[in-house]
Amino acid sequence: MSEVKEKEVVKVKKSEALFSKRRRNILIDPLDDNNPVTIQVLGICSALAVTIKLEPTIVMSLSVVFVMIFSSLLTSLVRDYIPTRVRIIVQLAIIASLVTLVSEFLKAFNYEMFKVLGAFVGLIITNCIILGRLEAYAMGNKPYDSVLDALGSSVGYAWIILAVAFFRELLGSGSILGYKVFEMIGWSSFPTNGLFVDSIGAFIILGLIIWVQRSRNGYVEN
Amino acid sequence: MQQSNTYIIIFTLIMTIFFGTLLSFTRMQLGPIQKVQVEIDTKKKILGAVMDISSLSPDEILSLYSKKMTSMVLDISGNEVLSSDGKLLIAEEVNIQKNYKIYKDDRKYPVFMFSEDGNSVDYYIFPMFGNGLWDWISGFVALDKDLNKVIGVAFDHKAETPGLGARISSDEIQDRYKGKEIFDIEGNLVSIKMLKKEKNPALSIHEVDGMSGATITANGLNDMMKNYLNCYLPFILKNKKLDETLISYNE
Repeated sequence: MSEVKEKEVVKVKKSEALFSKRRRNILIDPLDDNNPVTIQVLGICSALAVTIKLEPTIVMSLSVVFVMIFSSLLTSLVRDYIPTRVRIIVQLAIIASLVTLVSEFLKAFNYEMFKVLGAFVGLIITNCIILGRLEAYAMGNKPYDSVLDALGSSVGYAWIILAVAFFRELLGSGSILGYKVFEMIGWSSFPTNGLFVDSIGAFIILGLIIWVQRSRNGYVEN
Repeated sequence: MQQSNTYIIIFTLIMTIFFGTLLSFTRMQLGPIQKVQVEIDTKKKILGAVMDISSLSPDEILSLYSKKMTSMVLDISGNEVLSSDGKLLIAEEVNIQKNYKIYKDDRKYPVFMFSEDGNSVDYYIFPMFGNGLWDWISGFVALDKDLNKVIGVAFDHKAETPGLGARISSDEIQDRYKGKEIFDIEGNLVSIKMLKKEKNPALSIHEVDGMSGATITANGLNDMMKNYLNCYLPFILKNKKLDETLISYNE
């Protein structure tokens, strides 16, 4: 009897606000100080491949946020039942199913984007950030915390690729979301740079973002 | 218990059934919508070879297509083919990519015909398929009713380099083909060749300006055009002759 009471007291102590300091940190940390792309250097492949234009990048970002949140939630919900020996396979099955869902919906409701993104939507499965967060966080934490963690990491990934895409489209194609901005302000002879249409442009911009971020945060690799 | 083989097998079984059901259910629900999307996309490409359709809505494209377009499926000798149960094949449903992979004599060749008034054919549209630098390229080439002069082309690609080979899907490149001819004066099929480099002086009626930095894509384009025009040649000659006899008869 006394044991049960003790447990209850502990539970009350443990309950915390919906956005306590710890939870806010889970959410905010991956946006800057522990960014999956610029600090952990994960998900680089898609950051190079889909960032030529801003519009496909937006669709890609939304897809990753969706897949990440729901795979984290699902994994966290069944984390106590997943046999440890096949846990990676289970995580992959969850991610792959969600990615297939996204791909099917895209094909039905935005066929143009489906054609542009093509294989890259399917390749979200291999995005190391998602599997990494499932294995490192969702397997051992409660659903709500896991969702916050997933949201933080995926938005951390999204804002980086959106920033890269913004500059690549601006400098490489002279447009933003397909609108020729330089022609609109009367600078029709703007020299677009083919380098930014190529993957090299993504490396340059990514490098610059990492440089600015690290010199601002004082982050040093050990 | 949780680590026992039986538990693992049961767990994976349940998981497989759950996700399998979820995905196949989604597929069943979305399948018809996706089919319409693919259909609109194909018809857009076909119409895009003969006219500017960028301002039309999907519904307008479908209704325009059903009004102005007819189609048939040919074999290598230019005869219309029937499916195994004796019905006419639907040209829009012939997968050109799949057909490309089989030997050219065994392929099915769809032809689309555009008719402004609904009686006589104004333009013939021939789908084609080939290899670019990184992956496949495809195209629809529209010829006039004499089957010689190009009315327009619509090229597509999967993974050509943006700004280089990917330019084949831009109007700037496709407009270069307008007015070019595929037969020489003696009536031999010479196809249309994209040259190396841009701004070539004195292009012949069978040549178009090249794309600098994308010669391999251009070569792929030339091969595709030549291969497929040769495959369609029996049909082209058959319909050409008919027109010529008509012309001489009228004279």
